[in-house]
Amino acid sequence: MKRNILALAMASTALFTSAAFAEDVTLTIESWRNDDLTLWQEKIIPAFEASHPGIKLKFTPSAPTEYNAALNSKLDAGSAGDLITCRPFDASLALYEAGHLADLSGMDAMDNFSDVAKAAWQTDDASASFCVPMAAVIHGFIYNKDAFSELGIEVPTTEEEFFAALDKIKEDGSYIPMAMGTNDQWEAATMGYNNIGPNYWKGEEGRKALIAGEQKLTDEQWVAPYATLAKWAPYLGDGYEAQTYPDSQNLFTLGRAAIYPAGSWEISGFNTQADFEMGAFKPPVRNAGDKCYISDHTDIGIGMNAKTEHPEQAKEFLAWVASPEFATIFGNALPGFFPLSKTPVELEDPLAKEFASWRGECESTIRSTYQILSRGTPNLENETWGASAAAIKGTETPEALGKKLQDGLASWYEPQK
Amino acid sequence: MSRPRFRWHIVVFLAPAVLVYTAVMIFPLFNTLRLALYSKVDKERVFVGLQNFITLLGDPLWSDQFWNALGNNFWFFLIHMLVQNPIGIALAAILSHPRLRFAAFYRSVIFIPTILSFVIVGFAWKLILSPIWGIAPTMLDAVGLKSLFAPWLGKEEYALTALSLISVWQFVGIPMMLIYAALLSIPEEILEAGEIDGITGMSAFWKIKLPLILPSIGIISILTFVGNFNAFDLIYTAQGALAGPDFSTDILGTFMYRTFFGFQLQLGDPYMGSAIASAMFAIILIGVCLYLFGIQTRMRRYQL
Repeated sequence: MKRNILALAMASTALFTSAAFAEDVTLTIESWRNDDLTLWQEKIIPAFEASHPGIKLKFTPSAPTEYNAALNSKLDAGSAGDLITCRPFDASLALYEAGHLADLSGMDAMDNFSDVAKAAWQTDDASASFCVPMAAVIHGFIYNKDAFSELGIEVPTTEEEFFAALDKIKEDGSYIPMAMGTNDQWEAATMGYNNIGPNYWKGEEGRKALIAGEQKLTDEQWVAPYATLAKWAPYLGDGYEAQTYPDSQNLFTLGRAAIYPAGSWEISGFNTQADFEMGAFKPPVRNAGDKCYISDHTDIGIGMNAKTEHPEQAKEFLAWVASPEFATIFGNALPGFFPLSKTPVELEDPLAKEFASWRGECESTIRSTYQILSRGTPNLENETWGASAAAIKGTETPEALGKKLQDGLASWYEPQK
Repeated sequence: MSRPRFRWHIVVFLAPAVLVYTAVMIFPLFNTLRLALYSKVDKERVFVGLQNFITLLGDPLWSDQFWNALGNNFWFFLIHMLVQNPIGIALAAILSHPRLRFAAFYRSVIFIPTILSFVIVGFAWKLILSPIWGIAPTMLDAVGLKSLFAPWLGKEEYALTALSLISVWQFVGIPMMLIYAALLSIPEEILEAGEIDGITGMSAFWKIKLPLILPSIGIISILTFVGNFNAFDLIYTAQGALAGPDFSTDILGTFMYRTFFGFQLQLGDPYMGSAIASAMFAIILIGVCLYLFGIQTRMRRYQL
């Protein structure tokens, strides 16, 4: 008797669960953005589930540093989620080539994105796209508005004005002109070289020519940014050689520095920490009237696990991610991470708005070292970190740095040989 | 007479240690050495013999980094030998002085940094030496020596020496403790006999104590050598995997880490990484052998 009841109970549970499955499909999302957990749970998931009954979402982030390794082993073991947040370029390309990410080129929603936006998650010949672009970060300079009005400085638009402004701040002496250090090296490359550089190598034009082997890192347009960086040193404040990234952030938000070479991802952090008004200006052009270029770097995408059991529902979600509705929610909840869709998004944060407005005036490009060129050893991105720091410190001439990088790249990259 | 029974208890008692060591030390060691002989070509793992080592020592892109790291490693070791060990011996000699008060207190205080985590030490010293928030510039300013201050950790010419000295500060307690123990084990009778012959004070240290603690100094040197050539943590926490500025603090440990696990956009290369790890193993092995056969066997020992 007892056994029968148990069997009945088990049978009914099984029945109920299978009934539940028939009603709702649960999709699991793999991500490294554990900072965004509340954003997903409170805003994105409810918005999606409201408009798509029958599909439930579960956001399961892991620590950023462990993400790639954890994801790879989950994919190999077949236990990974249905949707996979994609790192840009080679990390995701490797997943696609191993058959872990599905080809999404056929999706109509992919037409919502520009070629630059899609490039981060495509095969080298752009024949297959495997992730829907989610967000990009834009480079520029954030400045202390109070300091600028106090010293009577206009927002600089050309390099000449930029250095004139720095001179004026330095002369006055109450602010450190610019907050950046070379200790961690990457800021020099990311917020230095790749921030001002696109104006020199004309954005996509130069970047693509470099990949094609038509331009070399020893050419004037790739060397000149180092010469400009070398001029930054006197404005960086005492002991900038040992100044770390958090040091620079604190110097700026405490109001001790006037200008901060930035990426837009700083916006939400700065908004909570700084108690003065902030503005942003785009990398100054070399001569007045020049066309401007900005680094609008594609950073996050989302793709589909090729082995998912619910490809239809997963594609439905991806199509929604590509829609303006998602872009509006995401762009406003995370100021500084800009949606990549072609339809413009109404942003509320003034600083984020300022950054996003440059997209209308300037040509967008991505960081020069990210696509293809950092595939071999020596790694061009890592080499650029060291070169940019050396340029600022003046330990090597711009020409020597260009030659060193070119030699390293040419040692493994066929088109540059 | 029957043959002696096989002594099973020996096997039983040895088994746990042998199994654990094999699993976590011996197997990984030999597997690393084996991995160094392979490479990845078109997504297939292929046996390439000594090719990885030829690349490491022959290709200027690799060998420049390797020799740079090895040279830095020797400088790191030299500073420890010239600063850490003499200071350790001096501290031990002072501490073992019978009339020193609060000896136990000093001993503990000097030993405390040794038990701190590398992360804490690296972070604390980075803050102390920071040109922006650090207390080092303020303290130098207070005694009028502000001009001597430089952002040491950010300058190519000083960074490695600064980090070596931080490491010395952290580990000076180890030679101190070992020598202190050796000094305490010297029988009072010998010193008294020396005193009767007129050898007191400093000359007692040089003529009686030092020869007796020489074997301990040898052990400390070899421990320092092995520790320094395996070092990684302090550089990694203070300067990151790129061992900046411009690789001036890159030692074999950070070079191996960067190669093996990859960094930022650079994907990891376990095969070249293993080759570097094998080279480190060989260097340490040669160093230890030189010591064991060249010095240890010739050292005079005194029966106390």
